[in-house]
Parts: sequence; structure tokens; C-alpha cells
Amino acid sequence: MSSERLFHRAGRPAELLIRGAYVLDPRAGLDEPHDVLIRAGCIAELGSPGSLPAPEGGETIEAAGKHLFPGFVDPHVHLRTPGQEYKESIDTGTAAAAAGGFCAVIAMPNTDPVVDEAPVLRSLVETARRQARVPVGFLASITRGLDGDELTEMAELRDAGALGFTDDGKPVVSAGVLRKALQYQRLCGGVISLHEEDPELSRDGAMHEGAVSARLGIAGIPSLSESTMVARDAALAAYEGARVHFQHLSCVESVQALAQAKRAGASVSGEVCPHHLTLTDDIVRTLDSRFKMNPPLRAESDRRALVEALKAGVIDCVATDHAPHAGHEKEVPFEQAPMGTTGLETAFAALFTELVMTGELALDTVIERMTAGAALYGLPVAPIAPSRLANLCLVDLDARFEVGAEGYMSRSANSCFHGRTLHGKVLLTVAAGTVAYTSRTFAEALAKTPLSGAADHLTTR
Amino acid sequence: MGTVVLDRDDMRRTLVRIAHEIAEKNPDGAVALVGIHRRGAVLARRLQALTSELLEPAVPLGDLDISFYRDDYSIRPSAPVVLATHLEFPVDHRTIVIVDDVLYTGRTVRAAIDEVFDYGRPARVQLAVLVDRGHRELPIRPDYVGKNIPTSQEERVYVCVDEIDGEDEVKIESDLSPTQPPPTPRLA
Amino acid sequence: MSRIGPHLLSIDDLDRASIERILDRAESFDEVSGREIKKVPALRGRTIVNLFYESSTRTSSSFELAAKRLSADVVSIRSQGSSVDKGESLKDTVQTLSAYDPAAIVIRSPYAGAAGLVARWTPAAVINAGDGKHEHPTQALLDVFTLRRRLGALDGTNIWIVGDLLHSRVARSDILAFTRMGATVTVCGPPTLIPREIEALGCRAATTLERLGEADVVYVLRMQQERMRDSFVPSLREYAARYQITPERLLPGQLLMHPGPVNRGVELSGEAIDSPQALIGAQVRAGVAVRMAVLYELLVGSTSLAAVA
Repeated sequence: MSSERLFHRAGRPAELLIRGAYVLDPRAGLDEPHDVLIRAGCIAELGSPGSLPAPEGGETIEAAGKHLFPGFVDPHVHLRTPGQEYKESIDTGTAAAAAGGFCAVIAMPNTDPVVDEAPVLRSLVETARRQARVPVGFLASITRGLDGDELTEMAELRDAGALGFTDDGKPVVSAGVLRKALQYQRLCGGVISLHEEDPELSRDGAMHEGAVSARLGIAGIPSLSESTMVARDAALAAYEGARVHFQHLSCVESVQALAQAKRAGASVSGEVCPHHLTLTDDIVRTLDSRFKMNPPLRAESDRRALVEALKAGVIDCVATDHAPHAGHEKEVPFEQAPMGTTGLETAFAALFTELVMTGELALDTVIERMTAGAALYGLPVAPIAPSRLANLCLVDLDARFEVGAEGYMSRSANSCFHGRTLHGKVLLTVAAGTVAYTSRTFAEALAKTPLSGAADHLTTR
Repeated sequence: MGTVVLDRDDMRRTLVRIAHEIAEKNPDGAVALVGIHRRGAVLARRLQALTSELLEPAVPLGDLDISFYRDDYSIRPSAPVVLATHLEFPVDHRTIVIVDDVLYTGRTVRAAIDEVFDYGRPARVQLAVLVDRGHRELPIRPDYVGKNIPTSQEERVYVCVDEIDGEDEVKIESDLSPTQPPPTPRLA
Repeated sequence: MSRIGPHLLSIDDLDRASIERILDRAESFDEVSGREIKKVPALRGRTIVNLFYESSTRTSSSFELAAKRLSADVVSIRSQGSSVDKGESLKDTVQTLSAYDPAAIVIRSPYAGAAGLVARWTPAAVINAGDGKHEHPTQALLDVFTLRRRLGALDGTNIWIVGDLLHSRVARSDILAFTRMGATVTVCGPPTLIPREIEALGCRAATTLERLGEADVVYVLRMQQERMRDSFVPSLREYAARYQITPERLLPGQLLMHPGPVNRGVELSGEAIDSPQALIGAQVRAGVAVRMAVLYELLVGSTSLAAVA
């Protein structure tokens, strides 16, 4: 049943030899250079560098000096489908995911219409089967229309393929309504994921409440708005024995509440976004709406606490909360702009450049946390191991690039890292056994190598 | 550096002569002195002291900051010191003698005349300069000249006064060596 | 020489020397305003656009008059009845305005950062006439000008800013400007209206008028009726009892200021407004001269193309 909760366009199974890359997959216990042979989309064999023969009818990629990671999993993206395809579609969103090294993503239901009924979900599944370049899972909403009042038909939505439920974009304000959902989860299963915010405290806030908001005269959202709700809902989850995942955590107080809930034995998990791990409210002094998100960028002490929590495993995984918005929507004064940043194409590079290269986090920790989202949602995303479906990405850690200099695969350009120079360029992504992405320069280089055939199955820029 | 063309004594004698000329040309005394900042204003003050010995009643003194009337914003930088205009007597029906240190293209005087006319309608306007160095670009001529000093455009004429420069003299300096090109405008 | 420009978006754009220069220039323009012909040709042939997204008679007319006294052509666009109301975005409006080839755009907006955005979209000099609750730099400059005339240098002067700090862009610009000029600033108001971490701007904070006697200058902010409705203060009566400035609360030597318009009987008693300690009228008169100085310095002054002598 669970294999029918990820949907994508079937592609040609990869026939590929990746030679000599440094393979790092913590889940598979791999941490040294290997040849990796992929046949019919599965990992046929792993061998020491140079030991495996080139596959007939397939490509050979000389990858010495490059790194091979398991494909990343993003449990929190907004694909804006249905209803807002001018910002992103399943096609462009999954293209962005593949370009970022992701082999699976989970899409949020705050679309138009909201994914709160089985027919809407089934239609989305069909679209994904036609368009998605990497497997997409869907969350349905907890309440109808995200109104926070009436529960959706959770069991039927699970039958239609929903991985779980969230009202993301909004909190479930009523403890009573949330409690009912947590109880109902015992019947229908699925993860209940929560966007934590107390609207009475966040009100018309547009950024973190602190010295910077005092300076700018912009209404602030105190950390308390998030952490009090995390504490409340963790207590509810423990009381009901429910499985709850806390989304886009942003402050030290939330980390403490999550740690406390785990110590008490609750079945809870948490995610954090690359922007909260690398940026603070100081950058909002620029009043550039690229830096307007919900939850907002907070203080350096929060950022450090989030990094430590991710390192310690208190926060279980990285998620981008990829939130595309059109140029004309973001190019307005800060307080008027919608909240959100894209993130799929920059997630790994941002974390590698700002945290691994600086020594704050180890590379294998980042890799593990960027794949951990799969297990949290019970997704069958295989590690790099013989006879398993290939999910991996080839990355050049030495390559530098300017974010956005060549445009984006996403339909939208609202990246909070726009214009920055980052290290760690994704060259190739294989998702569910199919090559989902090859970077343009890499494809051009491949086309010149004598052993390569026509690269017609490679997706290029 | 440069050649001194008027020393302290020369300057004093010259100003005395100009003061006499002003008094002779304006015997009925409805005259006022208005100096152009910065050094023209200093000279005007000295002329006021000198003419006050010759004319009754005492000659009123004003000064002009012509910054707001210039036509050459793109050529000259703004003065480092911000000054103001002081014309605290009525301008109507008077003879206004504009005083400046050096008369060159005539643009500064043109700006000064425009500014004076924003205060009222003088009966006539006369011009007193310590040095006329030629190269007029407008039809402006002085009524009182301390010294005519023909110059080339590569030369610069400096009028130094005690009150600002710590000495009284007029000197000419060559601005450039022959092989250097003229200065080009630079973005601030 | 300190650099002024290319825009005036925030008091942060000006160091102390630049502020002094603008104030010196404003003195010259004050002289111009005393003449019979209150005009100089300095900006003749240049076009200034006033783009006001918030209603404001006092600031907009002050800017208009300043531009006209510099002989500039002025185009004033107000949010009522223009295409702005019909949903045209700020960016589109600014790009349409480029047809006038403005030398400067003066913008007032309900949103922080609007002036900074406009500066990205136009080669014109941009002057922030108030952006959300963020800054109002020309108000701060005219406040410093007024005080400087009365007190000379502001070093060591103790200034209290009393009222609704949370929603005041005037206060934010004033705190920065006063401290930059050497004064010490204390802000005072109900705890609900003092932003958390306001001290990061370089001032102290108080919630009662107990130590008001330390101040040389008391700067009072408008208290708007909406604040009562939103429960920032429980009632007008309670606000007035604790924070209203009256002659009884002031010591004889203390100076009184207010950015206007005054809510008579709310933040200031009628007697206080009319007392000889009040500099409110001087502040208003300073507005045109200071704005002329800002326009002049941005468009003509130290940023002009210049050959170094």
C-alpha cells in the first residue's frame, strides 16, 4: 500500500556506470570511493574504483573527485498545484527538486482548491503521473478548506493516496479540533504535520520580534508564538499517543519543547529549513522581501540552537518549505509581500557552504538529515545498496556557482540565496531508477566523451 | 610658488584708489557695497571702511552667496564651507557696487546681478574687482579695476587676504606643465 | 568632505558632518524664505515628483513649497484618485513616472522600505518622506535644525521622547539623529508602546515620567485614537493622567517639541502647546528650509560632477 503513495512520470530505467566517485551514504554505511553500476534502474553492483566494466548500451561517467550521495528527500514543498500554477507546477517544481539532488518530495495541500477531498487528491495524483520528474507524495488537509473547524474525511483521503495531513500555512488553532484529528489518526494512519503559530501572538507580524524589528518599525512575531503551540501540541500528541511532525521549526524555545516531548516518550519529530539554519533577522535590515518567510528568520542564538539540534538529532530532518511566488508579488514593500522562499535548488549547496565548510556540521550529518524525511513518513526510498532502486545524486563539492545567475528550474525566482556564491553543484540526479536531472555543463561534457551514446534520456537545462 | 603681482602695499594702495573712484563716481552717496563670498566679501568690507571716510552717510555693506544662481554646477565643485547671503538694507533705487576679487568669465558676476535683482530694483549696478584677468564669456565689464592682468587659461590667479589666507597678496601660478591635458570632470 | 546622497532614505545615510552641512545649507535657505522674492533658480528646469501614498497636508505641502522655491517643476501624485488606487503597483507607477525624467522623487508610503525599493527602479534621487513606521529623515533633520538654533551644539543635551514609540517613524529617525549629534535620548511611554529592545537604537527606556526633570528637551509624539481601540492603552484618561505633558509637568528651562499635528488635550495640554517653552511653530517653519537644503544637496551640492581643483 505504501508504495502507492509516491507518484511520478515513469521514465527510462537508467543504464549507468558512475566511476570512482566518493560515495557517502550513512544509512548504507558507505564512506569511500566506489564504482556504482546501475542496470535497469537498480543498483547492480558496487565495486572498488576502476573495477567495474562499462555497461553495454549505457553511459559511463568518470566521477573521480566528485561525491555521490543518496538522493535527498524533501518532506515539505509547495507545488502550487492546483490553482496557482503561475508560481509553480508539478513539472517545474519537480524539475527544481531534481536539480537540487532530491529524489522525492512531499507536497502541501494549501492550494486552490485545498486538497481536502479525495477527488482533488486523485486528480493531483494523475497530474503527478503525467508530469512529475521525481516521485511526489501528497499531504491532505486536516480541516476542510483550512478553516480550522471541521475535519476532512481523513480515511478516504488516505485511501486516495495521502501520506498524512497538515493545515500548513496556518496553524490548527483549536486544541479541540486538533485533538479529534489525533484521535482519528488511530483509524486512518498517516503523519499529522503541524505548522505552529499562535495567531493572537503573531497577529500582523512580518518578521522576528527583536532588536531588528524595533529598529525597522515592522510588527514582529515573537518566538513564543511558535514554541507555545509546539508545547501544547506535543502534550496533546503524548496524551493521545499520536504521531506528530513539527514543521519548519525556527527558535530555541521550540527546540527545547521538542526535546522535552521526545524525552517524555511522545512520537514526535521535527524539521528545519536551510534558511533558518544559515540566515538571521539581521539580513532583514535590507528590507528585501526575499527574506520574508513564515516562520521568520530569527536571532543568531536561535540559528545556533537549530544547528545544534539538527546535529544532535533532536530535529530529525531538513525540509525546504519551498514556497514559490511570482516576481510581481514579491517586488513590493516588505510588509506587503507574501511570505516564503524557494529552496529546492539551493538546499544542499547552502548547507554545505554555510555549515559544512565552516565546520559547524559534518558532511555525513547533513546527508543523513537530508534523507531522513523518508523514514519519518514511511516512504520506501532506498539507500545506495545492490539490488535496490537507484536514488542518488552526483555532486561536485569544489564547483562554485552564483545562485540565480543562469535562472532557475523553478518557475519562480524568489530565492533567499539569490546572488550568493555557493559551493556544491549537483551534476546528476537519479530518482526511482530514472535519470531525472543532468546539469547542462555536465551534459555537454558527457556528450564529448568517446564512450557516451546519444544522451536522449538525459534531462538537460 | 608663482609670481606675486601685487604685494601687501600694492593691495592697500589699490583699494584706497578704488574707494576714491567709487566716491567720485557717486557723489550723492546712495551707494551700497555688496561683496561676493568669500574674498569679494572681505574686500567689500575693507572698501566700506575706506569709503566711509569719504562719504556721508556711511555706506551699507552686504554679501552674497551666489551658489543658488550659478550656471556652472557641472564644472565647479560646491564650496566646502556653506555661507549665506546678507542683504539687510533696501536695494530699491540704490547704486549697488558688486565687489569681487577676480573677474574672469563673468559668470559669477552674472549670478550676483540676478541675485541682487531678486531683492529689489536697484537704480544701477556697478562692478569693482581687484583683478581683471580677461577671457570674458559674457558681456560684463568692470567699473573699477585694481589691476589688469592678462593671463592664459592654464594660469590661475590667487587673491590672498589676511582674514582667510593669513597674508595680503595677489599671485599667478601656472596650473599645468605644458604636456599635461586640461583637467577632466570627475564623478564625485 | 562628507558625501550626501545619492538618496536620503534613512538618517543612517548621513554622518554627523553631513547633517551639519545640510543644516548649514538650511540656514541659507531660511534667509531666502525671508526675502520678498522667496525663490532661487538653483533647480530651474528640473522636475521633482511627490508621490504620496498616505494623506498628509503638512509634509507634502512643505516638500512642494521647497521644490518650488528652488524653481523646480513639481508634480504631485496623491493616493486618492490616481491610478495608484486602481491597483497599479508601486513599481509600475515609478516606471511610468520615468516619462517625466524626474531629478528627484519624494515618496511617502504606509510601508517600510518603500523608498528603498523606489531607489532601485529609478535613476532619480529618492527622498523618504515617511515609510511605514520605519523612518522620516527630513522630520528628524528639521527637529535637529530647530534645536541647534535654540541650543547650539547638541552634545550632552538630554532629550526625552514621550508617547507611542512603537508606531512612530519620527521617533526612530529622531533617536538616530539626536544621538548622532551627541545628545542622550530617553524614550518614555506605556510599556505596550515601547518596542522590545528599543535600546539597540542607542537610547534608554522608561515607562513613567518620574525622571522627566532630567531632560533639557521634551519631544512629544502623537497619540492616535486607534491605540485606544486596539487596547495599547486602556483609555484616554489613563494615558493623559500618566503621560500627558502639561506646563505643570515641565520645568521652566525645558524645551517642548512635537512633530505635529497635535492632538490637543491628549498628549499635550492646550496650555503646553501655547507656552513659550514650545518650539512647535519653529519646527514647522524650519520644514521648508530644511527640505530645500536636502533637495539642493542631493541634486546640486556635494554630489555634482566636479573637477577637483
